[in-house]
Amino acid sequence: MQYAILCYDDEAVIESWPDAKLDEVIGKHQAATKPIAKRGKLGPVLRLLPTSTAMTVRSGDKPVVLDGPFAETKEQLLGLWIIDADTHDEALALAAELAGHKETGSMEVRPLLMFMDGKAAS
Amino acid sequence: MSDLRWIDAALTSARPQVVAALLRYFGDLDTAEEAFQEACLRALKSWPDKGPPRDPAAWLIFVGRNFGVDQIRKTSRQTVLPDEQHLSDLEDREADMAERLDNSHYRDDVLRLLFICCHPDLPATQQIALALRIVSGMTVKEIARAFLVGEAAMEQRITRAKRIVSSAGREFETPNATDRMERLGVVAAMLYLLFNEGYSATGGNAHVRAPLCVEAIRLTRLLLRLFPAEPEVMGLLALMLLQHARTTARLDASGEIVLLEDQDRTRWDQTLINEGLVLIDKALRHARPGSYQIQAALAAAHARAARAEDTNWGEIDRLYGLLERIQPSPVITLNRSVAISKTQGAEAALVMIKPLEKALDGYFHFHGVKGAYLLQVGKSAEARRSFDRAIALANTPAEAAHIRQHIDRLQNANRTEKPLELPATGRPRTTS
Repeated sequence: MQYAILCYDDEAVIESWPDAKLDEVIGKHQAATKPIAKRGKLGPVLRLLPTSTAMTVRSGDKPVVLDGPFAETKEQLLGLWIIDADTHDEALALAAELAGHKETGSMEVRPLLMFMDGKAAS
Repeated sequence: MSDLRWIDAALTSARPQVVAALLRYFGDLDTAEEAFQEACLRALKSWPDKGPPRDPAAWLIFVGRNFGVDQIRKTSRQTVLPDEQHLSDLEDREADMAERLDNSHYRDDVLRLLFICCHPDLPATQQIALALRIVSGMTVKEIARAFLVGEAAMEQRITRAKRIVSSAGREFETPNATDRMERLGVVAAMLYLLFNEGYSATGGNAHVRAPLCVEAIRLTRLLLRLFPAEPEVMGLLALMLLQHARTTARLDASGEIVLLEDQDRTRWDQTLINEGLVLIDKALRHARPGSYQIQAALAAAHARAARAEDTNWGEIDRLYGLLERIQPSPVITLNRSVAISKTQGAEAALVMIKPLEKALDGYFHFHGVKGAYLLQVGKSAEARRSFDRAIALANTPAEAAHIRQHIDRLQNANRTEKPLELPATGRPRTTS
C-alpha cells in the first residue's frame, strides 16, 4: 500500500532553527528513508516553500485567485514523503522514526487512493 | 532530550508576539521584558520533560502575565493594577488564552512593538539596535558585535533608546486602518535598513554582520504572516531574499565587493531566488506597485539571467522608469542610465546623466559610472578626470581600488579595448 507521510510543524519556529539544527534533522530524515529507498519503495520526497508564497485558486464558474491560504492553524504542511509500505505498521514505524528526529510538530500517515507517475500520464 | 535548540527556536519565534502582548497588558517595556524572561526560564524548566505546549506563545503570555502581576503586587500595594477583568482571566486555562490571543490583537500587538522601536527621535541605527534587542531578543553582546562596537557602548545606546521610547506617549489603543498602514510603512523601512546594515558590510567584518540580514529576513517573514495580503511586504521580503541569495558570490576572498556582472552566478542561492521570484510575482498581481516591489522586480530581473549578458536591460530600464515616477531621485536616474547604456549605448547614457551633475557631484558612483561611459565613447582624458574625482570621493578602499583598475586599464590598454564593467553594484542599493 502506498502512503504519504505528511510533515507538519510551525514554520515560524523552524525558520528560527539554527542552520546546523536544520541540516542535522534533514540528515537524519535522509538516513531513515535510505533503507526503503534501497528497496525501491521510496517515492517522491517534497519540501515546500513557506506558506507565504502560496496562492489559492477557488473553484467555481470563474475560479478566483487568492493570496494564502491564511492558515489559522499553528502548524503548516512543510513537506512529504511518498512510500510504498508492505504493511500499515511499516508506514507508522517510519513516520515514528521521522517524528523522533525533532521535538515539535507531527507526521500524518495517510494512505494513498491513487498515485499517478508524471511520466506515465504523458 | 538534551538538545535544547528547539526550545530556543520556539522561544525566539514566540518572542515578538509574547513581549508585544505583555507590553499591551502592562504598558511598560521593562515589565514586559522581565515577565517574558521569567516565562522563558519556566519554559526551560518545564518543556524538556513535558514537551512543548500546544500553543507556546499562549503559554508564555499566560505565565509571563501571572509573574508580572505578582511582581506589581509585591513591589507596591499602591500601584494601580490592571483592571479586574484582566486579573480574573489569570485562572483561565491555556486553551482559552490561545483563542483570545489569536486573530487581530496579535497583529496589532506585534506591529506596535516594532513601531515603537522606530521612534522618530532615535537615529536609524538605534532604532535597529532597539528592535534587535526587544523584538528579536538578541543579546547586547550579539548586537554590539554585529554593529562593530563595544558591548558597554551598545548597552548604553540601547538603554538610552529605551528611555526615549518609554517616555514618549504610548499608543496602546487599536490603530485605525490608516494608522496601521502608516506604521507598517515605517516598520518596513526600519527592517530594510536592518537588512542593509548587514548587506552593505564588506571586508573582514562582513561575515560578522551577516546575521543582521538573516534577522531582517526573519522579522520580515513575521510581518508578512501578519499582513499576508500586503504587496509591499511581499515585495520587501522578495527584495531581501533575492539580494541575500547573492551573499556568497558578492564578496571575494578578501571580502571586497564583486560586481554583479562579474559574480559567479552558480553560487547564487537558488532556493532563496525561487522564493523571492514567487513572492514578487504574487505581489505584482495586486497591481499596487510600490518601491519595494519595483526594487524586488529589479533584483528579480538580474536573478532570472543565467549569465550577465542575458540580462533583460529593457525590463530594467522600464522598472527604473517606474521607480523614478514613484520615488524621483537622481540616484535612481543614475542607475537607470546603466540600463540605457546597455540598450542604447554610452552616448545616450551620458545625455541622461547630464542633468544630474549638480545633484550628484559629491557622489562616488556618479563619477565612476560617468568615467566608464566616457571611456566607452572614447573620451579618455575626460574619463580619467571622472575617475580621479571618484577616487577622491570613494567611501572605502575597495571602491577606490575598483576605480584604480579602470585607470590602470585605461593606461595599459589603448589598443585592445575591453568594454569596462560599470561600477553600479556597490552602494546604489537598488542594483546590487
